[in-house]
Amino acid sequence: MERVPILKIGKTLFVSIQIDLQDESVMQLQEDLAEELAGTGAHGVIIDITAVEIVDSFIGRMLATIGSISRLFDAETVLVGMRPAVAITLTELGLSLRGVRTALNAEKGLALLNGSA
Amino acid sequence: MEELPIRTGNDVVRVRQQVRAVAAESGLSLVDQTKLVTAASELARNALVHGGGGMARVDVVTSGAGKPGVRIGFTDDGPGIADVDQALTDGWTSGGGLGLGLSGARRLVDEFELNSKPGSGTSVVVVKWSR
Ligand SMILES: Nc1ncnc2c1ncn2[C@@H]1O[C@H](COP(=O)(O)OP(=O)(O)OP(=O)(O)O)[C@@H](O)[C@H]1O
Ligand SMILES: [Mg+2]
Repeated sequence: MERVPILKIGKTLFVSIQIDLQDESVMQLQEDLAEELAGTGAHGVIIDITAVEIVDSFIGRMLATIGSISRLFDAETVLVGMRPAVAITLTELGLSLRGVRTALNAEKGLALLNGSA
Repeated sequence: MEELPIRTGNDVVRVRQQVRAVAAESGLSLVDQTKLVTAASELARNALVHGGGGMARVDVVTSGAGKPGVRIGFTDDGPGIADVDQALTDGWTSGGGLGLGLSGARRLVDEFELNSKPGSGTSVVVVKWSR
Protein backbone atom coordinates (compact mmCIF):
# COMPACT_ATOMS: atom_id res chain seq x y z
CA MET A 1 0.00 0.00 0.00
CA GLU A 2 1.28 3.46 -0.91
CA ARG A 3 1.18 6.18 1.73
CA VAL A 4 0.23 9.80 1.15
CA PRO A 5 2.79 12.15 2.73
CA ILE A 6 1.75 15.01 5.03
CA LEU A 7 3.75 18.25 5.06
CA LYS A 8 3.62 20.79 7.88
CA ILE A 9 4.27 24.42 7.07
CA GLY A 10 3.63 26.82 9.94
CA LYS A 11 0.19 26.04 11.38
CA THR A 12 -1.02 24.25 8.27
CA LEU A 13 -0.81 20.64 7.14
CA PHE A 14 -0.50 20.10 3.38
CA VAL A 15 -1.56 16.90 1.70
CA SER A 16 -1.06 16.53 -2.03
CA ILE A 17 -2.51 13.29 -3.36
CA GLN A 18 -0.29 12.08 -6.19
CA ILE A 19 -1.13 8.37 -6.23
CA ASP A 20 -4.02 6.23 -7.44
CA LEU A 21 -5.89 5.97 -4.15
CA GLN A 22 -6.76 2.54 -2.91
CA ASP A 23 -9.13 2.30 0.03
CA GLU A 24 -6.35 1.30 2.45
CA SER A 25 -4.27 4.37 1.54
CA VAL A 26 -7.25 6.63 2.18
CA MET A 27 -7.87 5.10 5.61
CA GLN A 28 -4.17 5.38 6.44
CA LEU A 29 -4.21 9.05 5.47
CA GLN A 30 -7.16 9.62 7.76
CA GLU A 31 -5.26 8.05 10.66
CA ASP A 32 -2.00 9.86 9.88
CA LEU A 33 -3.80 13.20 9.70
CA ALA A 34 -5.53 12.66 13.05
CA GLU A 35 -2.14 11.90 14.63
CA GLU A 36 -0.54 14.95 13.05
CA LEU A 37 -3.40 17.21 14.14
CA ALA A 38 -3.19 15.91 17.70
CA GLY A 39 0.58 16.11 17.79
CA THR A 40 1.22 19.44 16.13
CA GLY A 41 -1.77 21.62 17.01
CA ALA A 42 -2.09 22.63 13.37
CA HIS A 43 -5.10 24.86 12.67
CA GLY A 44 -5.69 23.96 9.07
CA VAL A 45 -5.46 21.13 6.54
CA ILE A 46 -5.20 21.64 2.81
CA ILE A 47 -5.88 18.58 0.68
CA ASP A 48 -4.82 19.08 -2.92
CA ILE A 49 -6.65 16.73 -5.30
CA THR A 50 -5.40 18.31 -8.54
CA ALA A 51 -3.90 14.98 -9.59
CA VAL A 52 -6.87 12.86 -8.50
CA GLU A 53 -8.71 11.46 -11.52
CA ILE A 54 -11.75 10.07 -9.74
CA VAL A 55 -13.50 10.50 -6.42
CA ASP A 56 -15.95 7.69 -5.77
CA SER A 57 -18.30 7.21 -2.82
CA PHE A 58 -15.60 5.72 -0.60
CA ILE A 59 -12.97 8.36 -1.26
CA GLY A 60 -15.61 11.09 -1.00
CA ARG A 61 -16.85 9.78 2.31
CA MET A 62 -13.31 9.65 3.68
CA LEU A 63 -12.63 13.24 2.59
CA ALA A 64 -15.78 14.32 4.41
CA THR A 65 -14.70 12.33 7.48
CA ILE A 66 -11.29 14.00 7.47
CA GLY A 67 -13.14 17.35 7.55
CA SER A 68 -15.13 16.24 10.60
CA ILE A 69 -12.08 14.82 12.36
CA SER A 70 -10.10 18.01 11.86
CA ARG A 71 -12.86 20.02 13.52
CA LEU A 72 -12.46 17.90 16.65
CA PHE A 73 -8.88 19.17 16.78
CA ASP A 74 -9.95 22.78 16.28
CA ALA A 75 -8.72 22.71 12.69
CA GLU A 76 -10.42 23.45 9.37
CA THR A 77 -10.00 21.32 6.23
CA VAL A 78 -10.11 22.76 2.73
CA LEU A 79 -10.22 20.62 -0.39
CA VAL A 80 -8.50 22.26 -3.35
CA GLY A 81 -7.96 21.59 -7.04
CA MET A 82 -10.94 19.41 -7.88
CA ARG A 83 -11.03 18.64 -11.61
CA PRO A 84 -14.19 19.68 -13.48
CA ALA A 85 -14.87 16.10 -14.63
CA VAL A 86 -14.57 14.92 -11.02
CA ALA A 87 -17.00 17.59 -9.80
CA ILE A 88 -19.57 16.66 -12.47
CA THR A 89 -19.24 12.96 -11.71
CA LEU A 90 -19.47 13.42 -7.93
CA THR A 91 -22.69 15.35 -8.30
CA GLU A 92 -24.25 12.74 -10.56
CA LEU A 93 -23.12 9.99 -8.22
CA GLY A 94 -25.16 11.75 -5.55
CA LEU A 95 -22.36 12.81 -3.24
CA SER A 96 -22.77 16.37 -2.04
CA LEU A 97 -19.65 16.69 0.14
CA ARG A 98 -21.69 19.08 2.25
CA GLY A 99 -19.61 20.16 5.19
CA VAL A 100 -16.36 20.09 3.25
CA ARG A 101 -14.90 23.49 2.39
CA THR A 102 -13.42 23.83 -1.07
CA ALA A 103 -11.24 26.32 -2.90
CA LEU A 104 -9.99 26.53 -6.47
CA ASN A 105 -6.32 26.10 -5.63
CA ALA A 106 -3.90 25.83 -2.72
CA GLU A 107 -3.26 29.56 -2.60
CA LYS A 108 -6.97 30.35 -2.28
CA GLY A 109 -7.36 27.51 0.21
CA LEU A 110 -4.65 29.00 2.37
CA ALA A 111 -6.29 32.42 2.18
CA LEU A 112 -9.56 30.82 3.28
CA LEU A 113 -7.84 29.23 6.28
CA ASN A 114 -6.21 32.50 7.22
CA GLY A 115 -9.52 34.29 7.10
CA SER A 116 -8.55 36.63 4.30
CA ALA A 117 -10.72 35.16 1.57
CA MET B 1 -10.81 -8.93 -24.01
CA GLU B 2 -9.29 -8.39 -20.62
CA GLU B 3 -10.15 -10.36 -17.46
CA LEU B 4 -9.04 -8.84 -14.19
CA PRO B 5 -9.24 -10.38 -10.73
CA ILE B 6 -10.71 -8.35 -7.86
CA ARG B 7 -9.19 -9.70 -4.67
CA THR B 8 -7.56 -6.68 -3.01
CA GLY B 9 -7.88 -2.92 -2.78
CA ASN B 10 -5.02 -2.68 -5.22
CA ASP B 11 -6.97 -4.79 -7.74
CA VAL B 12 -9.74 -2.19 -7.60
CA VAL B 13 -7.15 0.43 -8.60
CA ARG B 14 -5.99 -1.82 -11.46
CA VAL B 15 -9.55 -2.21 -12.75
CA ARG B 16 -9.92 1.59 -12.73
CA GLN B 17 -6.68 2.00 -14.68
CA GLN B 18 -7.69 -0.59 -17.26
CA VAL B 19 -11.13 0.97 -17.74
CA ARG B 20 -9.54 4.42 -18.09
CA ALA B 21 -7.13 3.17 -20.78
CA VAL B 22 -9.83 1.41 -22.81
CA ALA B 23 -12.29 4.33 -22.44
CA ALA B 24 -9.68 6.82 -23.66
CA GLU B 25 -8.80 4.57 -26.60
CA SER B 26 -12.48 4.27 -27.54
CA GLY B 27 -12.82 8.03 -27.82
CA LEU B 28 -15.02 8.69 -24.78
CA SER B 29 -14.90 12.32 -23.63
CA LEU B 30 -12.95 13.13 -20.48
CA VAL B 31 -16.15 13.54 -18.47
CA ASP B 32 -17.56 10.24 -19.79
CA GLN B 33 -14.27 8.48 -19.03
CA THR B 34 -14.40 9.85 -15.49
CA LYS B 35 -18.02 8.73 -15.05
CA LEU B 36 -17.27 5.22 -16.31
CA VAL B 37 -14.13 4.84 -14.19
CA THR B 38 -16.03 6.03 -11.12
CA ALA B 39 -18.88 3.56 -11.77
CA ALA B 40 -16.28 0.79 -12.25
CA SER B 41 -14.66 1.72 -8.95
CA GLU B 42 -18.00 1.38 -7.13
CA LEU B 43 -18.86 -1.95 -8.73
CA ALA B 44 -15.38 -3.42 -8.25
CA ARG B 45 -15.44 -2.42 -4.58
CA ASN B 46 -18.89 -3.98 -4.17
CA ALA B 47 -17.60 -7.23 -5.69
CA LEU B 48 -14.69 -7.12 -3.25
CA VAL B 49 -16.48 -6.00 -0.08
CA HIS B 50 -19.94 -7.56 -0.47
CA GLY B 51 -19.15 -10.37 -2.91
CA GLY B 52 -15.94 -11.55 -1.27
CA GLY B 53 -13.95 -10.93 -4.44
CA GLY B 54 -14.65 -11.48 -8.12
CA MET B 55 -13.67 -10.63 -11.66
CA ALA B 56 -13.98 -7.71 -14.06
CA ARG B 57 -14.01 -7.95 -17.83
CA VAL B 58 -13.51 -4.90 -20.03
CA ASP B 59 -14.56 -4.98 -23.71
CA VAL B 60 -14.78 -2.52 -26.55
CA VAL B 61 -18.21 -2.79 -28.19
CA THR B 62 -19.98 -1.20 -31.16
CA SER B 63 -23.58 0.01 -31.12
CA GLY B 64 -26.16 -0.77 -33.79
CA ALA B 65 -25.51 2.73 -35.13
CA GLY B 66 -21.79 2.03 -35.31
CA LYS B 67 -20.71 4.04 -32.27
CA PRO B 68 -17.90 2.66 -30.13
CA GLY B 69 -18.43 2.05 -26.44
CA VAL B 70 -16.95 0.29 -23.46
CA ARG B 71 -18.66 -2.58 -21.69
CA ILE B 72 -17.57 -3.81 -18.28
CA GLY B 73 -18.86 -6.96 -16.64
CA PHE B 74 -18.39 -7.66 -12.93
CA THR B 75 -19.02 -11.07 -11.45
CA ASP B 76 -18.66 -12.55 -8.01
CA ASP B 77 -19.72 -15.74 -6.25
CA GLY B 78 -20.73 -13.97 -3.07
CA PRO B 79 -24.03 -14.15 -1.14
CA GLY B 80 -25.99 -12.32 -3.86
CA ILE B 81 -28.63 -9.64 -3.32
CA ALA B 82 -32.04 -10.64 -1.96
CA ASP B 83 -33.88 -7.44 -2.85
CA VAL B 84 -32.36 -5.83 -5.94
CA ASP B 85 -34.78 -2.85 -5.96
CA GLN B 86 -33.87 -2.06 -2.39
CA ALA B 87 -30.14 -2.37 -3.14
CA LEU B 88 -30.57 0.09 -6.02
CA THR B 89 -32.23 2.70 -3.80
CA ASP B 90 -30.14 5.81 -3.08
CA GLY B 91 -28.89 5.63 0.48
CA TRP B 92 -29.70 1.99 1.16
CA THR B 93 -26.77 0.05 2.59
CA SER B 94 -26.59 -3.24 4.44
CA GLY B 95 -23.98 -1.62 6.63
CA GLY B 96 -21.27 0.97 6.79
CA GLY B 97 -21.48 2.59 3.37
CA LEU B 98 -23.41 5.51 1.98
CA GLY B 99 -25.55 3.27 -0.18
CA LEU B 100 -24.65 5.30 -3.24
CA GLY B 101 -22.46 2.80 -5.07
CA LEU B 102 -25.04 0.81 -7.04
CA SER B 103 -27.58 3.57 -7.59
CA GLY B 104 -24.86 6.11 -8.40
CA ALA B 105 -23.08 3.75 -10.79
CA ARG B 106 -26.36 3.21 -12.63
CA ARG B 107 -26.75 6.97 -13.13
CA LEU B 108 -23.18 7.31 -14.45
CA VAL B 109 -23.50 4.82 -17.32
CA ASP B 110 -25.75 4.42 -20.37
CA GLU B 111 -26.70 0.79 -19.83
CA PHE B 112 -26.89 -1.09 -16.56
CA GLU B 113 -27.93 -4.67 -15.96
CA LEU B 114 -27.83 -6.36 -12.59
CA ASN B 115 -28.42 -10.06 -12.07
CA SER B 116 -28.33 -11.53 -8.62
CA LYS B 117 -29.99 -14.18 -6.55
CA PRO B 118 -29.30 -15.08 -2.94
CA GLY B 119 -26.73 -17.85 -2.91
CA SER B 120 -25.69 -17.59 -6.54
CA GLY B 121 -23.53 -14.48 -6.70
CA THR B 122 -23.93 -11.19 -8.45
CA SER B 123 -23.26 -9.98 -11.97
CA VAL B 124 -23.40 -6.38 -13.14
CA VAL B 125 -22.84 -5.31 -16.75
CA VAL B 126 -22.52 -1.64 -17.69
CA VAL B 127 -21.95 0.14 -21.01
CA LYS B 128 -20.93 3.69 -21.79
CA TRP B 129 -21.18 4.86 -25.42
CA SER B 130 -19.04 7.52 -26.98
CA ARG B 131 -21.12 10.48 -28.16
N1 LIG C 1 -21.70 -7.69 -5.34
C1 LIG C 1 -22.58 -7.67 -4.31
N2 LIG C 1 -22.85 -8.80 -3.61
C2 LIG C 1 -23.71 -8.78 -2.56
N3 LIG C 1 -24.38 -7.68 -2.14
C3 LIG C 1 -24.15 -6.53 -2.79
C4 LIG C 1 -23.25 -6.45 -3.91
N4 LIG C 1 -23.24 -5.17 -4.37
C5 LIG C 1 -24.09 -4.48 -3.57
N5 LIG C 1 -24.64 -5.28 -2.63
C6 LIG C 1 -25.64 -4.90 -1.60
O1 LIG C 1 -26.29 -3.72 -2.01
C7 LIG C 1 -26.14 -2.70 -1.03
C8 LIG C 1 -26.04 -1.36 -1.71
O2 LIG C 1 -24.81 -1.26 -2.45
P1 LIG C 1 -24.15 0.16 -2.65
O3 LIG C 1 -22.89 -0.02 -3.41
O4 LIG C 1 -25.19 1.06 -3.23
O5 LIG C 1 -23.88 0.65 -1.16
P2 LIG C 1 -22.71 0.26 -0.17
O6 LIG C 1 -21.69 -0.58 -0.87
O7 LIG C 1 -23.34 -0.34 1.05
O8 LIG C 1 -22.11 1.67 0.21
P3 LIG C 1 -21.23 2.64 -0.73
O9 LIG C 1 -22.05 3.89 -0.90
O10 LIG C 1 -19.99 2.90 0.04
O11 LIG C 1 -20.98 1.94 -2.02
C9 LIG C 1 -24.89 -3.09 -0.24
O12 LIG C 1 -24.92 -2.54 1.06
C10 LIG C 1 -24.99 -4.61 -0.26
O13 LIG C 1 -25.85 -5.07 0.75
MG1 LIG D 1 -20.82 0.03 -2.64
